[in-house]
Amino acid sequence: MSPPDVIALRRYLDEGPTDRTISDAQQSVRLTDLSEHSCLIGGSSCELSGRSVLLATSRQLLSALAMIELDGIARRMLLCPPDVDWERLQILVAQAGIDTIVTDRPPSEYLSGKCAVLGIDLPARRAIKPEADHATEWLMLTSGTSGLPKIVRHTLDGLAGAIIADGPAHRRGATWATFYDIRRYGGLQIFLRALIGGGSMVLSEPGEAIVAHVARLRAGGVTHISGTPSHWRKLLMSGAAADFSPRYVRLSGEIADQAVLDGLAQAFPHASIGHAYASTEAGVGFSVDDGREGFPAHLIGQNQGGVEMKVIEGSLRIRSRRTARAYVGADAPPLVDAEGFVDTGDMVELRGERYHFVGRRGGIINIGGLKVHPEEVEAVINRHASVQMSRARSRRSPITGAIVVADVILANGTDENRHAAIRAEILGQCRDRLAVWKVPAMIRFVERLDVTAAGKLARTDA
Amino acid sequence: MLVRTKIFSAMKQIADEQKLTLPRLEDDLSLNETGFDSLAFAILVARLEDELGIDPFTVAEDATFPSTLGEFVRAYENVPA
Repeated sequence: MSPPDVIALRRYLDEGPTDRTISDAQQSVRLTDLSEHSCLIGGSSCELSGRSVLLATSRQLLSALAMIELDGIARRMLLCPPDVDWERLQILVAQAGIDTIVTDRPPSEYLSGKCAVLGIDLPARRAIKPEADHATEWLMLTSGTSGLPKIVRHTLDGLAGAIIADGPAHRRGATWATFYDIRRYGGLQIFLRALIGGGSMVLSEPGEAIVAHVARLRAGGVTHISGTPSHWRKLLMSGAAADFSPRYVRLSGEIADQAVLDGLAQAFPHASIGHAYASTEAGVGFSVDDGREGFPAHLIGQNQGGVEMKVIEGSLRIRSRRTARAYVGADAPPLVDAEGFVDTGDMVELRGERYHFVGRRGGIINIGGLKVHPEEVEAVINRHASVQMSRARSRRSPITGAIVVADVILANGTDENRHAAIRAEILGQCRDRLAVWKVPAMIRFVERLDVTAAGKLARTDA
Repeated sequence: MLVRTKIFSAMKQIADEQKLTLPRLEDDLSLNETGFDSLAFAILVARLEDELGIDPFTVAEDATFPSTLGEFVRAYENVPA
């Protein structure tokens, strides 16, 4: 029997104003058109009832349309970010038991032999939509940097948990945007916020110059926008923020240090600025709106709106209905411990009444037995007024095994004659605030720092 | 500039940064007496690698760390840059 209480994503198309849209750099789609039109080519959504579907589209927009059309119909759908090629998809398809591919690209011969393939385009054909009778499983890939990503299984209910809990009050008439790809957890949250909250959405476009992107955000009337601290630092550096005035600015996916929070408050004096803690596995933990780095200590140890958090051996653990349900695959490890907590691997430290994120468990640099997280060094470096962005990293040492060094991007127009003085000031700041082994042995000024496809500072050597 | 001068100048810089008082730098000064701990030496070796293009303690497989300042300087002088 089908569960009687399935609430499919499609149900939210009729919420809010009738002129809601979702757009990318090429096209704009009216959400109301999706109620009666299909985006599928070579088949109908009726045929996808109960199927396990891979969404592998070149554009985010097409994936968005497919998610709306298939939620409540398919047994499961696997969202695929653009940087996963067919070869790696073969393995993931087998792990997830995929039997159908929805794509606008020709799949590999191997995959088209194994699976039914349907095309997808903008909604053009009127179609009878089947009843939503499946609580569709949402499968997503983790954003791990090395090896094959893991597949995690979510439900729409869990994915939307934080959105429903926040209530509709502050997002009426919102037009959302994110620097993320909506096929990753951070981006999907924003897509769902737009859809469930009765708003519109402007999608990001890979490779688009930041100035062009911001012009599109303005033209699209974007009011609410989210990205990683790295995304935001890049925007602040570009100078493109000047003509853009969103009402709500959100950070997640990396540690939001005081420098980036202050930078955004200065750039967007009329916006409310919040930083959220979320991960693909742990879901949305909490968000903080007081403009300060870290989070209040009272969030730990109590059940806050269905989210329980504790700190064990320095790492944050989360239990809630918003966490992923499980890893998917034959040899998949357990996602939660015996008590149902996800170990996030994010290390926190209590300072006074607030917990501060200090880094990832796996990213620790070991200096002759003394430990440092690159992120805590960066947070101090970023406080210097001339610094836009920084990366601390390990450098091999024949004496201590490793030492900390830092690469720093200075603000545009910084006088080159001041470099030596700035370097000394940064080091002075580090010495005042950090233990001696955490102070970078060397600071190099660089033009750019790489950011991964998931919007995080690349830490290839970590 | 002589390798020796560069080494001494880098040592003075680190001593400044770490608020150490260096004794007079002479060849027979024991490295223990410089007041440098292993971290300070690690920083010194890394900076000298950037400045001189060599790290004599990683290059040689059987490298033993010198015990006097004179030996330390010779380790740099003996490696072809």
